[in-house]
Amino acid sequence: MTGLTLVFSAYFYIAVDIFLVGLLLKIWKYAATPAPLKIPLTPAPKTTVGVGSRMFQEIVLFKSLFKSNKLLWVGGYVFHLSLLFVFMKHLRFLFPSTPAFLDNLVNFDLYTGFILLSALAFLFILRLVIDRHFYISVFNDYLLLGLLMCIATTGLLSRFWEGGGVRADLPDIKVFVGGLFTFNPGTVPDNRLFLTHFSLIMLLLIYFPFSKLVHAVGIFFSPTRNQVDNSRVKRWGPWTVKKPGRAGSPEPVPVQPSLIVSKDTPDS
Amino acid sequence: MAEQTVDKTPAEIVSEAKQNKAFKAPELTGEIFMPRVEEGLIVKGVTADVKPHMAKPEIQAKLGFPETLVDNWEEVAVRKLGELLEKYKSLQVYMDTCVRCGSCTDKCQFFLGTNDPNNMPVARAELLRQVYKKYFTTEGKLFGKLAGAHRLDLKVLGDWYAYFHQCSQCRRCSVYCPQGIDTAEISMAAREIMDSIGLGQKYVNEILGKVHTIGNNLGMNPKALAATLESTEEDLEEETGQKIRLPLDEAGAEVLMVTPSADFFASPHVESLLGYAKVFHQAGISWTLSTAASEAGNFGMFIGNYNQMQKVASRVSDAIREMKPKRLIVGECGHAWRVAYSFWNTLIGPFDMLDPKYPSPQHICEFTLDLVRRGAIKLDKSANDEFTVTFHDSCNVARGSSMGDRPGGQFTIPRELIKASCNKFVDMDKDTIHERTFCCGGGGGLLSDEILQIRIQGAMPKMQALHSVIESDGVNFMALICAICKAQFTKIMPKYGIPMSVAGGVHQLVGRAIELGAKA
Ligand code: HEM
Ligand code: SF4
Ligand code: SF4
Ligand code: SF4
Repeated sequence: MTGLTLVFSAYFYIAVDIFLVGLLLKIWKYAATPAPLKIPLTPAPKTTVGVGSRMFQEIVLFKSLFKSNKLLWVGGYVFHLSLLFVFMKHLRFLFPSTPAFLDNLVNFDLYTGFILLSALAFLFILRLVIDRHFYISVFNDYLLLGLLMCIATTGLLSRFWEGGGVRADLPDIKVFVGGLFTFNPGTVPDNRLFLTHFSLIMLLLIYFPFSKLVHAVGIFFSPTRNQVDNSRVKRWGPWTVKKPGRAGSPEPVPVQPSLIVSKDTPDS
Repeated sequence: MAEQTVDKTPAEIVSEAKQNKAFKAPELTGEIFMPRVEEGLIVKGVTADVKPHMAKPEIQAKLGFPETLVDNWEEVAVRKLGELLEKYKSLQVYMDTCVRCGSCTDKCQFFLGTNDPNNMPVARAELLRQVYKKYFTTEGKLFGKLAGAHRLDLKVLGDWYAYFHQCSQCRRCSVYCPQGIDTAEISMAAREIMDSIGLGQKYVNEILGKVHTIGNNLGMNPKALAATLESTEEDLEEETGQKIRLPLDEAGAEVLMVTPSADFFASPHVESLLGYAKVFHQAGISWTLSTAASEAGNFGMFIGNYNQMQKVASRVSDAIREMKPKRLIVGECGHAWRVAYSFWNTLIGPFDMLDPKYPSPQHICEFTLDLVRRGAIKLDKSANDEFTVTFHDSCNVARGSSMGDRPGGQFTIPRELIKASCNKFVDMDKDTIHERTFCCGGGGGLLSDEILQIRIQGAMPKMQALHSVIESDGVNFMALICAICKAQFTKIMPKYGIPMSVAGGVHQLVGRAIELGAKA
């Protein structure tokens, strides 16, 4: 094993660990924090199925954003959708021979990388030109968009720039990446473009759980959206703890009468 | 993010609030005007000095809060924030997930009215988030300012006190937030933290004290209440020739009616009380008000304090035990209805001592409309022919509660009731009603005169919408179902050149239209 291989393999495992552990801890925390009072933003669905549909529209269609700001919706939607496509296309590097559906996807869709980059640039520009958006942006907002743009650019260069040599090295890259996932890292291809692309992605993974990127999981826990409007008919224990990992709403917990009529000094 | 604008001690905060000069309302054009930086209109910190009075030590003590700013306030505040993060999923999630997409920036009436960018919901939330980042996140600890983290210093505290009291907790921003972030939750948490270090707001905390000691927000003692109701009853008999009752503390009545204390004598609130009385009278349903529960409002919500909210609400369960009614009905009040509909069952339920045939609690509009639909009472629409009516969706009803059993009942039920009481009804612009309604500008504990400027500015979008239907359709009555909205609008509308008689209750219309005597 060369030194380079060691460095990049270690980098990969550390990044992925930080990403997974960090994100799981966040999810755990969100799930375990109680929601003592029901605060669905009304009009809200009165059934769990209704809430499922509301969440679907929020997560898959960005409905609230659509209501609010069409320009941002287009930018944000195109960005996330192309990110999803690009991500799926990457799955082919995990398999020694590309599965047919991925092959079709890759052949069918040549341009999502460009669209991704343009959408990111669009979002970046919006932040600069809309005065209100400029006011609320902090450095890290630009940093993140910048990082994603660098990832997209190096990715596009890998695919479309012969001089980068990534296409030529692709078989080696596949072996290396496949090896990482089977805990049997092969030799890392000595290709600068690839290594840059790879490193930037690891950086993104490390940054993910500590930044606003946790919105990707946080949105599932957003009480204004994921709660059923049923508190008039259903009773919720004041400090009901949602058991982590259990889907749906907590069972109502009977409240001690002493709690209900408590005349104690308020907590301060 | 934004660098800070004030560097003042709490004592200075108080003295400054006093200098709040007479503020002139802008001219109405019917359009809601978007402030722009290029035109020099967005000015950071223009309203940083418009702060409400601080609560006096004795008021703080009554609620169990420190009397004045504690010495180690930074430490206490950070500890309190940590506690709240563990108590409320909303706060925990919303501190993390804002992507600063900016989609909420033009949605808050206080930003539109004041042009102060700190009143953009995300910027308001960021005032707390910068502190969260500093003390609770790796990102903030590592990157500091670059990540938008900031220590909780006096400047930040000054900004908290100003801007978390320029938020009416109306939840309009949440409608438009792709992450569902509810700035109301954040501003409740911030107020709870400020109370915990001895920095309370006078108006709200004083009122909470009054509820605990006297029994209602207006501080009306039981004797005065009985006397007022009695004389109102006499007036009512004189006016209608019928013996319409305003019963107080009558155990065994079928309905316990809990209504904001403003309904007992404030104008135009009392007109709605007369409306309720006529409805009960005509439907032949016995009812009673209660001295113990002579307040539907619950300011505990405004300061984000669970125990205060529960303590205030428990007066209602006490009254139920005492009066043994079958049904529980709530009068016209926005935040009260949110607390009642969404929180009461949890705070003071279960209501198994009430008749399970009826929803508990029930909104007076649900109750009256049901009687109208069943023909149990008759309304003569022509009694309101002098009015062209519009309806203001009070935000706490619109976005924090519901009516009936279908989503959106809180919009259709009051409108159906209004349409049953009058011939001419028009809605305001679609972006200013239903879930998109703008706040009256006085909710969430802002109904205090030293911040009148904020109230006038915050009311601007709604005033524009109203102006627009006044011009186009000759609207001369805006029906309301919120005590705070009524108080706010009657005070603010004249500043915009709209007569205050335009604001009134939904049951004011019902009371005028109801056919008394002749039973079908
Ligand atoms: C369940 C999955 C996700 C949902 C529902 C979601 C939703 C959203 C929404 C609604 C916005 C605001 C619109 C905008 O500004 O573009 C946003 C912003 C953003 N998202 Fe996501 N997202 C998800 C996953 C991700 C992932 C996996 C990433 C990145 C690796 C990501 C990166 C971003 C970035 C960088 C922004 C800010 C864009 C800007 O700066 O203007 N998102 N997301
Ligand atoms: S709309 Fe929501 S996510 Fe976007 S900036 Fe406002 S609070 Fe943050
Ligand atoms: S809750 Fe209402 S007042 Fe507060 S920031 Fe949001 S829109 Fe503005
Ligand atoms: S007073 Fe009325 S409009 Fe204002 S916040 Fe309350 S319910 Fe909303």
